[in-house]
Amino acid sequence: MSLDEVYREVIMDHYQNPRHHGHLEQPTLSVGLHNPTCGDELRLDLQVSDDGVVQDAVFEGQGCSISMAAASMFTEAVRGKSLGEANRIAESFKDLLMRRESDRSILGELEALEGVAKFPARVKCATLVMNAFEKAIRKMSEGGGSGNVQA
Amino acid sequence: MNIAARRADFPLLAIQMNGKRLSYLDSAATSQKPRAVLDAVRRYYEHDNANVHRGVYELAARATQDYEDARQKLADLVGSAPEEIVFTRGTTESINLVARSYGEVVLEPGTNVVTSAAEHHSNLLPWQQAAWHRGAEVRYVELGEDGRITPDALRSVVDDQTRIVALAHVSNVMGTVTDVAAAAEIAHAHGAVLAVDGAQSVPHRPVDVRALGIDFLSFSGHKMCGPTGIGALYGRADLLQRMEPVYYGGEMIEEVTLQGSTWKEAPWRFEGGTPNIAGAVGIGAAADYLRSIGLTAIHDHEVELANYLADRIRPIAGVVVYGPQGHRDSGVVTFNLDGVHAHDVATALDTEGVCVRAGHHCCQPLMRRLQAASTARASLYLYNNREDVDQFVDALAKAKEFFHRVAG
Ligand SMILES: Cc1ncc(COP(=O)(O)O)c(C=O)c1O
Repeated sequence: MSLDEVYREVIMDHYQNPRHHGHLEQPTLSVGLHNPTCGDELRLDLQVSDDGVVQDAVFEGQGCSISMAAASMFTEAVRGKSLGEANRIAESFKDLLMRRESDRSILGELEALEGVAKFPARVKCATLVMNAFEKAIRKMSEGGGSGNVQA
Repeated sequence: MNIAARRADFPLLAIQMNGKRLSYLDSAATSQKPRAVLDAVRRYYEHDNANVHRGVYELAARATQDYEDARQKLADLVGSAPEEIVFTRGTTESINLVARSYGEVVLEPGTNVVTSAAEHHSNLLPWQQAAWHRGAEVRYVELGEDGRITPDALRSVVDDQTRIVALAHVSNVMGTVTDVAAAAEIAHAHGAVLAVDGAQSVPHRPVDVRALGIDFLSFSGHKMCGPTGIGALYGRADLLQRMEPVYYGGEMIEEVTLQGSTWKEAPWRFEGGTPNIAGAVGIGAAADYLRSIGLTAIHDHEVELANYLADRIRPIAGVVVYGPQGHRDSGVVTFNLDGVHAHDVATALDTEGVCVRAGHHCCQPLMRRLQAASTARASLYLYNNREDVDQFVDALAKAKEFFHRVAG
């Protein structure tokens, strides 16, 4: 087990230069998550069109390189995708980290986080953004699917 | 102290992590267990196991004797009478017991409980809850520059309406030590009691409740070489006798009728239900083990090693050490590596066989004060040696080099 397997350059690059960092003025969906065991914080804002396409995805927060890089990569991966496709990306990513069969073809740069699977204690860092996304989707379906959902 | 011999007492220390020698530097979270404790628990199950305070047969008498002997061992450890020791699941349950059974009785509108922002959540939430239930105030003593709580700062918040002063003896984040004797004097001068969170002191230094004037003392077995799921509350006899039970049921009663019941004397009235007998045997054996080495020797060893550790990492550019910048009085050293998140530091150290804690250490208010969302913590115990520290320092230097390289 070596550090290079986990902390690939692309991960550190996303950590230091997060791609979609900030917040939206009028997000369709906005959800905040806090990892109580480590103190990581993340807010994910999504702009979703009426026909369910993610037009914009940005995040804000503070945490370790893995949680922040995953958030940066995930926002990049889901832009322009339907909510269903975005959900499949989240699922496939979790499968990858749990060492289950995974559809790698849709993961994009997220695949670089594969090494995290070797550090079970860090898997929850990598999946924080997916959990935020899934919470946002749940809120939306509960709230009837429109409007600004705060969670 | 002969460290090599001490290390040989702990079977787990011989394991390898990721093909590397293990350097276990997380004893403030939980300690490793010596053979003496493991054997005592095993011997109990193999020879004396029965329920306590019930059977009339000899085996039950033996189990009861083992259980009560363990109470005596803890009393010997902290300098109390055995009737002043209540077995609990650990520090958290001990503090909750005091907060509910004592705190909620003496607190009322107009009164206050004094604690600090440096407390573990376990010594904060029970007091907040008790005060809120009773409409009382929670006051926080100001922390000094280096995180210390000085007698002067305490004097300025304690008044005649203070009913309880609740402070940790040793901080699990800053490693700072509170002058408990001075705190007791201040509390008593105002008619308040002093409740000490001893989770990080009882395992590591001599703590004598009478000499220090402590009224309640909470501690955990698993941090003092004992098993998980067992701990104790020391309570001054006259205070415990005034307190009502929190758990009602078997074992804790004197007489039960359908109209009303009476409770056993303290401490048994607080131990409703079948207790953790094997755990009590284990914590008793742990107390004997610590005393056989000597708590002063344990303390001196840890302090020497902690100062060695702090002195070795401070010169590394980018390393921040929290708490006292000069001499350290305990085996807890919390730090950060500039530009690298504490979790990433802990993962990097893990690959080198070094176990440190990273996170907020159950002290969110204190972390806000330190303006650090997360810190890494190395904590030492009687079985750590210079090799453990050197392995840690080398791994930290390597981690720094690695992250600076990949971060370009
Ligand atoms: C200062 C302090 N208080 C309380 C606790 C809680 O102890 P336990 O989890 O054993 O109840 C801890 C342990 O982390 C601690 O360090």
